[in-house]
Amino acid sequence: MTRTDPADVPRPGAQLHFGVFFQGVNHWTIWSDPSSGSQIDPASFLRVARTAERGLFDAFFLGDGLRLRESEGGIHELDVAGRPDSITQLSALAAATERIGLVSTSNTTFNEPGDLARRLAGLDLLSGGRAGWNVVTTHNAWTGENFRRGGFLDHADRYRRAEEFLSVARAVWNSWAEGAVAGSVDARSWSVPEAVGRVRSTGAHFDVDLVPTLPRSAQGHPVIFQAGDSGEGRDFAARQADVVFSAHGTDFDDALAFAEDIRRRLRAAGRAEDALRILPGTEIVIGATEKEAEEKARWVRLGQVTPAVALGIASRLWGFDLSGRDADGPLPAEEPVVAAYDGRFGTRQLGETLDTVAEWRAKAEANGWSLRETVIELGPQRGHVGTPAGLAERFARFVRHGALDGFNISPYLVPDGLDDIVELLVPELQERGVYRSAYTGTTLREHLGLAPVV
Amino acid sequence: MPRPALRLAVEIDGDGAHPAAWRRAAHSPGELLTPRRLSRVASVAENAGFTLVTLDDSILPPGSGAGPAGRIGAVERAAFVAASTSVLGVAPVLATTYAEPFHVSSQLASLDHVSAGRAGWVVGVETDPAAARAWGRPPVEGPDATAREARDGLRVVRDLWDSWEDDAVIRSVATSRYLDRSRLHPIDFAGETYAVKGPSIVPRPPQGRPVVLARPGIVPAELTDVALIGGGSVADVAAAAAGDTATPRAFAEIEVALDTPHETARERITDLERYAPWTARPDRLRYTGPAAGLVSLLTELHGHVDGVRLHPLVLDEDLAVLSRLVLPELVVRRIAAPPLPGTTLRASLGLPRPLSRFTTTDSAAATPVREEIR
Repeated sequence: MTRTDPADVPRPGAQLHFGVFFQGVNHWTIWSDPSSGSQIDPASFLRVARTAERGLFDAFFLGDGLRLRESEGGIHELDVAGRPDSITQLSALAAATERIGLVSTSNTTFNEPGDLARRLAGLDLLSGGRAGWNVVTTHNAWTGENFRRGGFLDHADRYRRAEEFLSVARAVWNSWAEGAVAGSVDARSWSVPEAVGRVRSTGAHFDVDLVPTLPRSAQGHPVIFQAGDSGEGRDFAARQADVVFSAHGTDFDDALAFAEDIRRRLRAAGRAEDALRILPGTEIVIGATEKEAEEKARWVRLGQVTPAVALGIASRLWGFDLSGRDADGPLPAEEPVVAAYDGRFGTRQLGETLDTVAEWRAKAEANGWSLRETVIELGPQRGHVGTPAGLAERFARFVRHGALDGFNISPYLVPDGLDDIVELLVPELQERGVYRSAYTGTTLREHLGLAPVV
Repeated sequence: MPRPALRLAVEIDGDGAHPAAWRRAAHSPGELLTPRRLSRVASVAENAGFTLVTLDDSILPPGSGAGPAGRIGAVERAAFVAASTSVLGVAPVLATTYAEPFHVSSQLASLDHVSAGRAGWVVGVETDPAAARAWGRPPVEGPDATAREARDGLRVVRDLWDSWEDDAVIRSVATSRYLDRSRLHPIDFAGETYAVKGPSIVPRPPQGRPVVLARPGIVPAELTDVALIGGGSVADVAAAAAGDTATPRAFAEIEVALDTPHETARERITDLERYAPWTARPDRLRYTGPAAGLVSLLTELHGHVDGVRLHPLVLDEDLAVLSRLVLPELVVRRIAAPPLPGTTLRASLGLPRPLSRFTTTDSAAATPVREEIR
């Protein structure tokens, strides 16, 4: 790998932004290792958040899922699961951290805007302007069984509801004018009555009328993240989001194509190309040498894709239970059963069933891979493997060419999986001028270099 | 046998119990919504020896009419307070009139995790029709419907807390299983107006179930851990406490206005009454006067209730007097006790840790109920 000459790149002064995604649910987190800590003890969250803050990360990020995932006729047992309500956990972290952004994934289908906007605004005030909201939608009736309304939303309407939700949320956040709160105890009232607006909104999805209880925070209001990868999701991001949490951050060309697509959609939405940050999710495996890094990555994959996990992933692809098969044997001979996806296993992680199975068969045969090897090589995965210097060169190229603005990093071990990144990778990035050497702002919006809220 | 020492709770919402309390606060109005001010109040309460702080809430802004006051959601404040303290219990007000019981359960379970077993829940109800419009939900009208939503919400929340057995995370490397699905239970709640499937998305709270506090009549007494009782006199309170045998603990609700080094309580109330009246409530005792008188009142109540919840006139003024003159004197006399380090709120209140109601017989034998000290 050659050093990039900063003069030859489109964004010579660009810097990377890092977030950490404490996942809490899925097979990426290795729980079988003796150093793997609790997924619910507040000490685990604090350890990860403080490590990230030491590494000058922009954000600490929590996911969301409103029903325990199911597989093979019951609750899925193989992966870590059981996590806290994100806004509650982040409000606690607000008291124990100083600078890092605190991003909650919260669902627009099974929340109401008056309530959720208020909870997020509270987190934003308690953290001094460090809150973010990753806006997610769902529509499946299976998740709805945990809620009063049940499944009520058509797939086609999920982004329409999300967009209307966000519009009400913004109205809630912007309802208190600058200077609305009384400046002294002798004022006529606690707030200036004409400076507190009432939010009235009647649309296809919401009919609300409220007086919001909170003024703006130091960053105006929470930063909006979006993660949906469909065309609809990308358009939603281009219209509404400050940050896209994408799935395109491993291959340079793929990342650049995604970034250019987003920039095209931003222009179409009438927004500036730099109005939005692109932070793909990734895993980063670091070794002192390339060989050591590869060996470590191999160990990580084997820890993540146990024989049972491999059979589980294959079962979801083939559409029937393969848990009794031999993961070290060949791929199933049967044809897959293509069925409508009902959401029982979260976001679908693999492409079109028939194409994927055909690709797996061809490659497994060509390489002599077992089922488990095939899942390790071709199954859901993302990530970078290398030495600190090698990764720093690679990431500098990504960011200077505008393929991304940083990464939302998922540690494969909790709570100390971020240590290598902070201690080994960050200094290499700093040396190359692509990573901050100190926080220069206090709010998440400032960390991300986003324009102030008007 | 002497009665166990009183446990003391204090309401820390806003600037105090008086609607104009903010006019005597030791900070500018906007400071109310800052993390610094919230952690300062929490520290004072913890250092004073209170067992519990409660945080009132509603989706509607506090105060009435023009110029509403600001208020951060009670769960967010409680979680922040939990992370700023080490032994203090934290109990937000949450109403299931319009909120999703599934979310309420997750929020309170998470509060119990972040506080290592110090969470409580003051069960609220939303009776103002404006709350329905703020939520964007059909209004719940009349006492029967309001009681139904509160009761069903509490049942769902409790069952979801129980839906993970304590040992559901097994981390069995040999079988490649992180969870044992036989220890995770759908709750299959079916009420008159809605159904909830379960199980929870949050592992069982450290206390098993966070402590449920409620005014009598809001929810079934047998589903409540602490009854928040009131009355116009000590005799009324004593009668109410003696009459409620279904709820294990009773706390008396007391509004307090204390003499400060420079002003009497009466003078302070008169000052605030220039702005708004401090209307007496039938469900709360009220004490006005020197600290010594409050010590006497609590000593008298000690024979009748398990604890008290104080509603100070102005937090910045009365909390200081409580901290310097009232709680130390009660502790010296062994009338009241502060929480011990490392104890859960349940343990402080002398309440047993409940086993999940879904616990299977085999695992019940394997994990007997123990007096928990975390």
